[in-house]
Amino acid sequence: MIDVNDIRHQFPTLHQEVNGHPLVYLDNGATTHKPQVVIDAISHYYEKLNSNIHRGVHFLSQQATDAYEASRETIRQHLNAQHLHEIIFTKGNTEAINLVANGFRQILQEGDEVLVSAMEHHSNIVPWQMACQSSSATLKVIPMDEMGVLDMDSYKNLLSDKTKVVAVNHISNALGTINPVKQMIQWAHEVGAAVLIDGAQAGPHCSIDVQDLDADFYCISGHKVYGPTGIGALYGKEEWLKKLPPYQGGGEMIATVSFDKTTYADLPHKFEAGTPNIAGGIALKTAIDWINQIGLDNIVSYEKELVDYATEELSKIEGIRFIGQAQEKAGVISFIVGDIHPYDMGMILDKLGVAVRTGHHCAQPVMDQFCIPGTVRASFAVYNTKEDVNRLVEGVIKAQTMLS
Amino acid sequence: MASIQDIQQDIIDEFDMFEEWMGKYEHIIDLGKSLPLIEEQFKTKDNLIKGCQSRVWLHAQHKDGKVIYTADSDAIMTKGIIALLVRAFSEQKAQDIVEADTDFINQIGLKEQLSPTRANGLVSMVKQMKLYALAFQSQN
Repeated sequence: MIDVNDIRHQFPTLHQEVNGHPLVYLDNGATTHKPQVVIDAISHYYEKLNSNIHRGVHFLSQQATDAYEASRETIRQHLNAQHLHEIIFTKGNTEAINLVANGFRQILQEGDEVLVSAMEHHSNIVPWQMACQSSSATLKVIPMDEMGVLDMDSYKNLLSDKTKVVAVNHISNALGTINPVKQMIQWAHEVGAAVLIDGAQAGPHCSIDVQDLDADFYCISGHKVYGPTGIGALYGKEEWLKKLPPYQGGGEMIATVSFDKTTYADLPHKFEAGTPNIAGGIALKTAIDWINQIGLDNIVSYEKELVDYATEELSKIEGIRFIGQAQEKAGVISFIVGDIHPYDMGMILDKLGVAVRTGHHCAQPVMDQFCIPGTVRASFAVYNTKEDVNRLVEGVIKAQTMLS
Repeated sequence: MASIQDIQQDIIDEFDMFEEWMGKYEHIIDLGKSLPLIEEQFKTKDNLIKGCQSRVWLHAQHKDGKVIYTADSDAIMTKGIIALLVRAFSEQKAQDIVEADTDFINQIGLKEQLSPTRANGLVSMVKQMKLYALAFQSQN
């Protein structure tokens, strides 16, 4: 059971007025707020530990290194990775995808194919476009239907021995669809393709087991799981991480350096050039611990209740059209009302203290498929309440009255 | 024809009547609805100013020493602001437009609408209006 009042008390940013109204924050798909323990963990690092990691023999450096590496272990457990060195710290989900896509530039050849889905956001499209461009491989798109569900028959038909990579999100940021990634990975493996799962939205909304999924790469973003911005993690199977070339050169990622030749460090350091976001890395552990203390299962079932309630209440509004109506959904409700432009709706909701995302959610191809300029997206976190939903619904009705 | 400055003052006075944001917004929405539509032939890719959130079309022509603007947007709030900008700048001399400031949008309490971070295309639109005026001015 969730005690939402107790949870809300832990989030200082939630307790403020916006435009004269108590803040209703429903833009969690963009980023979540941070509980006090996470904020404290960042301060604690700078107040007590501040030191560079992995290189100092002195006390503070060791302490900071231990805290940072403890976070890697927490992430390993959270994703159920087999080995600690399969967890690479990144600055976020986008960097993780770029790291992998960049590595594949050297592996892909002319005639090879990379598959992405029609519901990807730009950060899981553009890095692959760039990789295909520089290797003369071809990017192909797994289509989706009008409900926002991937067409699995088409996916199966697209797979062939030419397919080298499949990159799909676990949960769509624009539509909330939960994709059947386990099945997709299995089919991709049958043709020998590697699979990257973008877990940016899945991180806060479902439990992840990379071994059970048999994912080759899986990435999460810290700031979407109640952690700091500028930190995230990439899981990669050992064999793949060994195969991929380093992403960036610099300190930390080397074993020996001379002007003739540099040998690279072992995993995971091969992919972690330079001084990382140490405070962020340490505080990401705090965020994951915080989630686990509440219990991911509790969070998932509470959020489902909220999303169901919101869907039910919103559907009473005349002219509302939900974009993305998959059976399996999490965390997100995307909609438009009549012919009201999402931007107009968002402006008025903002004045009423309700924070939602409007626009194309960095997923323009998704909007093109539905022939709309964008949507209004309400996305939920464990600290949201039914009262938040009521305020959203009132706001949408108010905006509708003003705009029509 | 009143000067740009006079028109801007009229607009400021007009908005002073509304004490709350809602009145202002409703007025903007009404203005947006009444903005004469840009002719379809001018709603071209070349005339499109891209914003992340809403799109703006702007067309300008120079006639009898004056610049005439017509514009449109797919979002009604954006269109309302456009209506104000067109009202202030259309049918004015190119040089006056080049020299005019756009602070009246701030003064009527809609500063956020013209913030570059809004990504609604309006900031680029103002810039584009001035660029047209500058181009017409240099033709003379």
